[in-house]
Amino acid sequence: MTKAMRLGVLLTRACSQTSRSQCNSQQIISRSFSKTIAISSAQNQPRDEVAHEEMTLLGSINNALDLALARDQTAIVFGEDVAFGGVFRCTKGLRDKYGKDRVFNTPLTEQGIVGFGIGAACAGSTAIAEIQFADYILPAFDQIVNEAAKYRYRSGGEYDCGGLTIRAPCGLVGHGGLYHSQSNEAFFSHASGLKIVVPRGPYQAKGLLLSCIRDQNPCLFFEPKALYRHAKDNIPVGYYELPLSKAEVLQTGTDITIIAWGGQVHVAAESINMVREKLGKSCELIDLQTILPWDEETVFRSVNKTGRVVIAHEAPKTSGFGAEIASAIQENCLYHLKAPVKRVAGYDIPVPHVFEKFYGPTKWKILDEVERIFEEY
Amino acid sequence: MAIWLSRSKKIAHLLKPKIAYFPQPKIAPSEFSYKIYENHVNSSSFGTLSGENIRSPHVFLDNSATMSALNRQWRRTESTRAGEQVETVPYSDDNYEDENQALDFPGGRVSFTHEMKFISEAADKRIPCYRVLSDDGYPIAGSRFEQVDKETAVKMYKSMVTLQIMDNIFYEAQRQGRISFYLTSTGEEAINIATAAALTSDDVILPQYREPGILLWRGFTLQEFANQCFGNSADYGKGKQMPIHYGSNKHNFFTISSPIATQLPQAAGVAYSLKMDKKEACVVAFTGDGGTSEGDFHAGLNFAAVMDAPVLFICRNNGWAISTPISEQFRSDGVVVKGQAYGIRSIRVDGNDALAVYNTIRAAREMVIHEQKPVLVEALSYRVGHHSTSDDSTKYRPVDEIEHWKTARNPLARFRKWVHKNGWWTDDEESELRGSIRKQLLNAIQVAEKMEKPVLAEMFSDVYDDLPSNLHEQEKSLRETIKRHRQDYPTDVPV
Ligand SMILES: Cc1ncc(C[n+]2csc(CCOP(=O)(O)OP(=O)(O)O)c2C)c(N)n1
Ligand SMILES: [Mg+2]
Repeated sequence: MTKAMRLGVLLTRACSQTSRSQCNSQQIISRSFSKTIAISSAQNQPRDEVAHEEMTLLGSINNALDLALARDQTAIVFGEDVAFGGVFRCTKGLRDKYGKDRVFNTPLTEQGIVGFGIGAACAGSTAIAEIQFADYILPAFDQIVNEAAKYRYRSGGEYDCGGLTIRAPCGLVGHGGLYHSQSNEAFFSHASGLKIVVPRGPYQAKGLLLSCIRDQNPCLFFEPKALYRHAKDNIPVGYYELPLSKAEVLQTGTDITIIAWGGQVHVAAESINMVREKLGKSCELIDLQTILPWDEETVFRSVNKTGRVVIAHEAPKTSGFGAEIASAIQENCLYHLKAPVKRVAGYDIPVPHVFEKFYGPTKWKILDEVERIFEEY
Repeated sequence: MAIWLSRSKKIAHLLKPKIAYFPQPKIAPSEFSYKIYENHVNSSSFGTLSGENIRSPHVFLDNSATMSALNRQWRRTESTRAGEQVETVPYSDDNYEDENQALDFPGGRVSFTHEMKFISEAADKRIPCYRVLSDDGYPIAGSRFEQVDKETAVKMYKSMVTLQIMDNIFYEAQRQGRISFYLTSTGEEAINIATAAALTSDDVILPQYREPGILLWRGFTLQEFANQCFGNSADYGKGKQMPIHYGSNKHNFFTISSPIATQLPQAAGVAYSLKMDKKEACVVAFTGDGGTSEGDFHAGLNFAAVMDAPVLFICRNNGWAISTPISEQFRSDGVVVKGQAYGIRSIRVDGNDALAVYNTIRAAREMVIHEQKPVLVEALSYRVGHHSTSDDSTKYRPVDEIEHWKTARNPLARFRKWVHKNGWWTDDEESELRGSIRKQLLNAIQVAEKMEKPVLAEMFSDVYDDLPSNLHEQEKSLRETIKRHRQDYPTDVPV
């Protein structure tokens, strides 16, 4: 079996496990302003008969937005250049299908987009905003951190903007330079009240996005843009959700835990094969999926078993979300630890255009870190 | 008056969902409210409820509940007034302003008026566009402009041609995969070059990104452009930014930053500093039409106005912000009208008329420097190229619209007709120029491509003035990784 094949099997296996468990809960949600939406599910059909289709991450996002707009008449999708399909084509075809009142362009102002989304959500709409690049979400920092995250708290529950979801493409692409490459999940992780999600592939993207859209808390949904056309999953065409704040164990192992999210999951998956081949060690691979509030239980359980941890993320190391995970691990799992918690992350610099290939964590950097852990501890 | 207005707003808000078409008032309006109706409704257009109508006074009147609330409110206001005062108000005189009864308001006296009159959301006529040359290159009869001498005119024309060819060749280089990205100024050559020609080299530029012509005019060489696009060791930005993010301190051209509009409030700060130093120079800050929607645009204009900062704001209104047409960007008459709201003198100019741009910028620069306050110029043009190499604009705009601007409204063609007619430029000179620029560019690309990338140490430089210990450690660890896994890294970066 080649590395690539093994990775494929690994990732798909995890998908189908989750999809089975997710497809049998009938849920009713009631939103503010007493809009009630029943979630249809595939529960009555044998799994084999549920229609599946090959989709890229881009396609699955588009599919999720399509379903959200179809099911929920209060849903609106908006952002810069969204009407013609968005610069990454995530909203392609939606304006024609749902009309220009529900899928529309906005003026070029991120603080406007988010503020508008908060308002619409407060008034009962399901607001799905697109920020063109995660790098450009920062003009809306105030709206997100001081407003969206604190709306329910400051009003004692009189008001909330739980119907707001903000999507933004994030991460390295190889030639994005300073302002088309950032992963800024950690900036927002300091703002309780938000949920932050980063999917690793088409299946997860669809299920997690639909969960974010329905979730009654403002959600930031960061889409690793390098994965948009990266690979296809065979995924259910119909509606399904994947749980937020739930990490996924993609590979069980005994010697070391590797924690990653988004694009780094694929990098880490390659490295665990190398760890097995080169070092003969067994890795447990965890896709964190939700950054805030994160799944401590799954992480601690794994760490308590393996006693060794490497956290990999693209964002700069200092105050990256890995720092939070590492400190929570040492607070909670100290006696099970056999080695210090290690981080393989982006350097503490902006993403430089010609040096971009040097910037991010690679399978080799992860392998080296794992090797050092086994050498030294 | 203040109470009255705030009440009205509340009422409008409460009744908003019920308002659809404008019907006849359902109750007989009182004398006074009928009067409002007369004065304002006639001039307003009726239509379905939309953002615009909510603001119009007639909306308050189209619903019986609103109407009675309005009447109630009016009567209350009326009854609190002195009787004789009400009587002396000449209802019939629309232009009446009570000069004696002015409000001593912080920031200046405001006179009273008996008339409840809303400022319209749009002027009757759109602001016209200053132009000197007609489409066929003749100065328009009666147009006022400063004559440009032969030397300047020829240099302007040559620079426009150079910019055009540079765009074509770099665009092709990107298509061939030799550079990662490019963005042309096609269609906006006149704004680029004529602005540059009207400034002095002491004027400080804070660009958006579609203004490389300023650098070109100031002597930034084709080789320097190519070096930046290839991110080689001669690039002043040390390969850190994507192509087209030029910057050169010696050319007084601040380094381009991708986030839109951030340069605009900064421009006010730069200008304030020039002012403190009593420099005979101004700041020239560019934005696109899209950029005017960002909060930073508004912060920048307001700051410049309040600080009396010598900034010349130039908005290149090229009709599009990627796929977003200006009709979805703002509902004002473009950008020029926004100046007045901030207390900034403004003008609209035909951005495809190099002579008009030149004259406008000369005059605006004079005002900015000698009156030490900002001016806003809106230059109307069209983004003839795709937004960038990542874009295909035929997906969202008609091809004949592009074609029209590329041919009938071509800024180079128009200016060329004029220099040609003056006997300053011949066809032979044209073909010689084009050939030579092409050659220079191909050579520049070759040289830039062959040149080494910046050394790896540059990856960590310039984060701070000095390398802190964490970055020192990270650089060391990267070097070890590279040593172990050389195959994993590009070979064109010297480590
Ligand atoms: C803060 C921010 N948001 C979004 C973008 C993505 N973006 C790059 S250019 C652009 C359109 C700008 O349009 P305009 O200001 O009209 O300039 P033009 O490209 O027409 O010259 C957008 C949305 C960005 N660079 N920065
Ligand atoms: Mg524009």
